[in-house]
Amino acid sequence: MEILFAIIIGVLYAAGIYMILRRSLVKLIIGIILLGNGANLLIFLLGRISEGAPPIIPEDSKMFLEAYADPVPQALILTAIVISFGLQSFAIILVKRAHKVVKTDDLDEMNATDEDS
Amino acid sequence: MMQQLILYPLLLQLLLSILLMFFWKKINWQRGISICGSIVHLALSAYVFNYVWRNGTQIIEAGSWEAPFGIVFVADTLAITLVLLTSIAGLAVSIFSAASIIPDRLKFGYFPIFHFLLLGLIGAFLTGDIFNLYVWFEIIIISSFVLITLGGEKAQLEGAVKYFTLNFLASMIFLTAIAVLYGLTGSLNMADLAGKVAAVENRALVEITAVLFLIGFGIKSAVFPLYFWLPASYHTPPSAVSAIFGGLLTKVGVYALIRVFSLIFVEDVFLDQILLVIGILTLFSGGVGALVQNNVRKVFSYLIICHIGYMVVGLGMFTEVAIAGTIFYLIHDITVKTNLFMISGLIFRIKGSNSMRALGGFYSEYPKLSLLIFIPLFSLVGIPPLSGFWPKISLITASFDTGSYWSLAAIIFASFITLVVIAKLWAEVFWKNPGKIPKRIKFDYFHNIKKPRKIQFVVPIVFLSIVSLYIGFGAENIQLLSSRIAEELTDNSQYIEAVLGNPQTDE
Repeated sequence: MEILFAIIIGVLYAAGIYMILRRSLVKLIIGIILLGNGANLLIFLLGRISEGAPPIIPEDSKMFLEAYADPVPQALILTAIVISFGLQSFAIILVKRAHKVVKTDDLDEMNATDEDS
Repeated sequence: MMQQLILYPLLLQLLLSILLMFFWKKINWQRGISICGSIVHLALSAYVFNYVWRNGTQIIEAGSWEAPFGIVFVADTLAITLVLLTSIAGLAVSIFSAASIIPDRLKFGYFPIFHFLLLGLIGAFLTGDIFNLYVWFEIIIISSFVLITLGGEKAQLEGAVKYFTLNFLASMIFLTAIAVLYGLTGSLNMADLAGKVAAVENRALVEITAVLFLIGFGIKSAVFPLYFWLPASYHTPPSAVSAIFGGLLTKVGVYALIRVFSLIFVEDVFLDQILLVIGILTLFSGGVGALVQNNVRKVFSYLIICHIGYMVVGLGMFTEVAIAGTIFYLIHDITVKTNLFMISGLIFRIKGSNSMRALGGFYSEYPKLSLLIFIPLFSLVGIPPLSGFWPKISLITASFDTGSYWSLAAIIFASFITLVVIAKLWAEVFWKNPGKIPKRIKFDYFHNIKKPRKIQFVVPIVFLSIVSLYIGFGAENIQLLSSRIAEELTDNSQYIEAVLGNPQTDE
């Protein structure tokens, strides 16, 4: 299971970076989304995957008796998902506006701010 | 009541931004509330600063969840100093925004977002939890995205695309680093991490995590070779926005670098070497970049990059003297850079251009104003007794002590090149005969606007110049402050003890 996750995360990161490096603005957004998902899955994986072990202390004891699923990564992922969702929707609007105003979706042509003025 | 004291600066900013939203279209109300609120905030921050200065590090455990498990807010001297500087810069930019930002921008929520940005900054300085730091960073960048695009001009949107992409990438790398760190140690509390990271056996993985942090924060604080988004975007929004970005946004990256590499990843020779090399190259490339630019605001953008190098070099040397220099430089740099971008806005307002080729004759037209601008410009160069001079003494002493002569050479080279850049700027903008600048239509030139608004333009610049002068002439006090911070940073047991409690006395 861990190996599968590791491969998926690697592919998501690689695809995300590759897409960000492309010249098209739409691919930029796709890259951002893939990268965000990759990071979230990474947190999930590194919180250790365990099956059928809820973090609930049995009634007749005062502490955990055996290994349990760590609830913290899930809280982290939830936060990170909400944040990256907000950022992604902002990015989509930004790219739409930029495309409308600059009249190109090619990042190489968006170089007016780097020029000497 | 006093227990929650350190949270009050944070809550006041939140309150202000919520309050401002109720006055969405009433921009005169917004201006008034923002300025009054910032004055109150400055007073409050000064009070909290004084409290922490006298009583030592204060901590708050959110919801009374005990330290390694819940989120803590830690106000050590470094954090609270930066909170104070944030409110100083915030007040100045708030007054300047009220005068300089056009009503169309104000009507779309400029001030609420501005205060959200300050909220994020203060949160980032105060938090003692690494994931919480990530969340504050996100609040900062989301607010800054809105501020940089507000108005929707062509150049702004182009700059925003680059700014957005790189900052998002930095956040993702930061998040990845947090994930790996959590996987290694199972903790998020920075004080707790300090001990647990030191105990991890797989040093290679720790090193990789540290490098991930370095890249994430490096993009945010614009160090070599990750700075290219900065000169492509910082000159595009209105100058009030650039002022707060230039003054505080890159510095929060530097703060995070200082915090993470003085607390969590300490005693790592490999990383200190990397930081030194990066710092040296940043000093060099930022300086050379500033030399060839012709737009006043782009010159200042490159100078931001150049001077980040001083702080990174100081952090790389990691002796008490070097850290004191870094902190002093940070204090000086926040005031001066905020001021410089406001000055570029004032120049634009007077002349209608920021191109050095076209500008000129400023000195003969506005001699008093020129003398005022002289103060921050030459503080930046570091002509004694102005403020940029003192931290360099510490940094140079430290580079002799540690025998890193390359950083010594870079520090002197960067000082020299800053001098050349500022001298060129002074000659072009203030002394040279003015060139032809096309008249702008529908533009409030400075000589056409009413007297109270003129004063509003100049007051924040005077205010920050006075702060700069104080840093220069009261260098002894600032040196005392930065030495104390350096002492706290080089010996991280104080911080850990404040957060986790002393294990011996706890029983």
